[in-house]
Amino acid sequence: MDAFLSGLHMILVPEVALALLVGSLGGVIIGAIPGVGAAVAIAILLPATFSFEPIVGLTMLLGIYGSSMYGGSLPAILINTPGTPVNALTTYDGHPMTKRGEALRALGLAYGASFVGGILSIVALIVLSPVLAKVAPMFGSREIFLAALLGIVLVVVAHRGQTFAAGSLAAFGVFLGTIGLEPVKYTQRYTFGFDFLASGVDLIVVVLGLFAVSQAFVLLVDPDHAPKSQHVSGNMFKAMLGVFRHKRIASVGSSFGVLMGMIPGVGEFTAQFLTYTYAQKTSKDPDAFGKGSPEGLVASESANNAVPAAAMIPLLALGIPGEALTAMMLSVFYVHNVVPGPGLFRDHLDFIYALYIAMILLNVLVVIFVGLSSNLLMKIIQIPTRFLGMTILTLAFVGVYSLRNSVTDAMLAAGFGLLGLVLKRQNLPIVPIILGIVLGGIMEVKLRSAMARVKTPLDFVDRPIAAFLAFAIVAMIVIHFWGIVRERRLSEPESAHDHDIHDSQQG
Amino acid sequence: MSRIKTLQDLFRRYRRPGDFVIAFLSFAFALFLAANLPFQTTWVARTKLFAQPAFWPTVAIAFMVLFSTLHMIGALVSERIPGRLAEVMQWIRAIEYALWFMAYVLLVPILGYLPATLVFTVTLTLRLGYRGWRWMLAAVVFGAAVVILFKTFLHVKIPSGAAYELMPPGALRSFFLTYL
Repeated sequence: MDAFLSGLHMILVPEVALALLVGSLGGVIIGAIPGVGAAVAIAILLPATFSFEPIVGLTMLLGIYGSSMYGGSLPAILINTPGTPVNALTTYDGHPMTKRGEALRALGLAYGASFVGGILSIVALIVLSPVLAKVAPMFGSREIFLAALLGIVLVVVAHRGQTFAAGSLAAFGVFLGTIGLEPVKYTQRYTFGFDFLASGVDLIVVVLGLFAVSQAFVLLVDPDHAPKSQHVSGNMFKAMLGVFRHKRIASVGSSFGVLMGMIPGVGEFTAQFLTYTYAQKTSKDPDAFGKGSPEGLVASESANNAVPAAAMIPLLALGIPGEALTAMMLSVFYVHNVVPGPGLFRDHLDFIYALYIAMILLNVLVVIFVGLSSNLLMKIIQIPTRFLGMTILTLAFVGVYSLRNSVTDAMLAAGFGLLGLVLKRQNLPIVPIILGIVLGGIMEVKLRSAMARVKTPLDFVDRPIAAFLAFAIVAMIVIHFWGIVRERRLSEPESAHDHDIHDSQQG
Repeated sequence: MSRIKTLQDLFRRYRRPGDFVIAFLSFAFALFLAANLPFQTTWVARTKLFAQPAFWPTVAIAFMVLFSTLHMIGALVSERIPGRLAEVMQWIRAIEYALWFMAYVLLVPILGYLPATLVFTVTLTLRLGYRGWRWMLAAVVFGAAVVILFKTFLHVKIPSGAAYELMPPGALRSFFLTYL
């Protein structure tokens, strides 16, 4: 309880309050604009947050992360265009409801479900934190190495149909992380004699290039178009209460969100799928799913909003980010010389609680904001896409150049921007590169220190958690191959599937 | 759940035109890196394998070669999707905007952050085909807002422009040097 109160004290300062306000409202707007997601915004703001206290910077970034999905459901429901990738499933039931003239009800349910998902997940994690504080110190070097390896394996096998490309991109990420003067034997690795490569390839430059600059390029080369308008009338807060008619599904969605959010690389989509399947199987009207089922909508939105809080767990407890957004947040810690890991949970539980309390406040702020401003938001998001591309490029400059005023950084970011454009247009994932860089660095350090105490290969997995993680890695690979064989046997035509579900994935 | 049938659907991605080109490029790049392994990394004497500086680059490049070879074999045996050249042309078209970005980067230390940003936003808006005073105003307001937010309020590290030095000494000059 002391830690909780101390955490509360940490966030009751004007800077944190302001960061929370800017992050949450900004996140909703950014999430609502199709083509700009939380990743672009976080990448751009990252260097600016380095001058803040860690709690201030993280609150702002968490605000954007947590609130972008609220915003993303607005265009998903009203104009059938998901604002962020994880709102894709929301279009399946949300938009048919709009077409039936139930736009207000659909939005209310989506916001209500998001709120319930967000709050329940945070409460669950506050209650679980003391347990995690006990478990986290059991993670030594070899466990952290195996957890990072599991993260890489998961991010590769999760990209079905493009596993080879995802694998080579993840390996490319690991390679990028090794460039420069290595800190143990002081040898040069892949610097080709260039001075600017001696200090390595900066993660922020890669992130800005792959997420922000590339998104600007994607918007700039494509023909111009602007989202159309759609008006909603009625009392949004009353409509939000509709979610309490679907309490069971919202709670199941939150639970899946928490469980899946903790596993690196697979968070939102798995949580959404499991909840959606559960909701359909237990529904009195399963045929309505995909045609405007309120239950389907609640399943989708409660599950994805429960993930951000849970995704912070592997980051805070083990220092291992599970996806791109938490990987970016990790750099905020590094800049302030705070290394997240088991020690953070043991010694700074108040800091963890402060982050969770900030997330609760964030959900309250956002729900009030979206309740009042849906029509205003629809007006804001009608920016033509090419103009939007210009704005992203202008903002990306601040991110890249303010880092160390380097022209070579800007050239690298432009190069990674072009690579990102090709990957996005090819429907290939970017996240494996980012996770490769971050997790590759962690694996190198942890393997070196772990091997000092390992005599035979079996020593590596002689502790329960290490054995479990090693088993999970093998199981994931086996399940992947098994899934491919099963898919072949089913041999459904490709056209039977939705090819474009990942189209907005990259924003 | 009419369109999503399995969990795989939520993760699955499908090939697009140009898949072969990217497969070939990544394969060639992986081979280039592999060929440079002996020259760009060092194996240190009396050091265990896992602590060798060359260990992780070797592992990463080995996996790059493995996966990109498999990717290329996959692209070779798959049915060709029409539209490869048009797709590659789109990639090349994007280089123009990379040059715009670099021009902006080079202009900032000369003109100063505010003037360079205004030049960039207005000319790029014109280049994109937006005409009329409303768009120009939007570009100017946006450019100025970015500078005021980041440089004036958040004090991000962007050097003052050489052009500011030419201003007559006084309060206005130092204001420009510090805040814009």
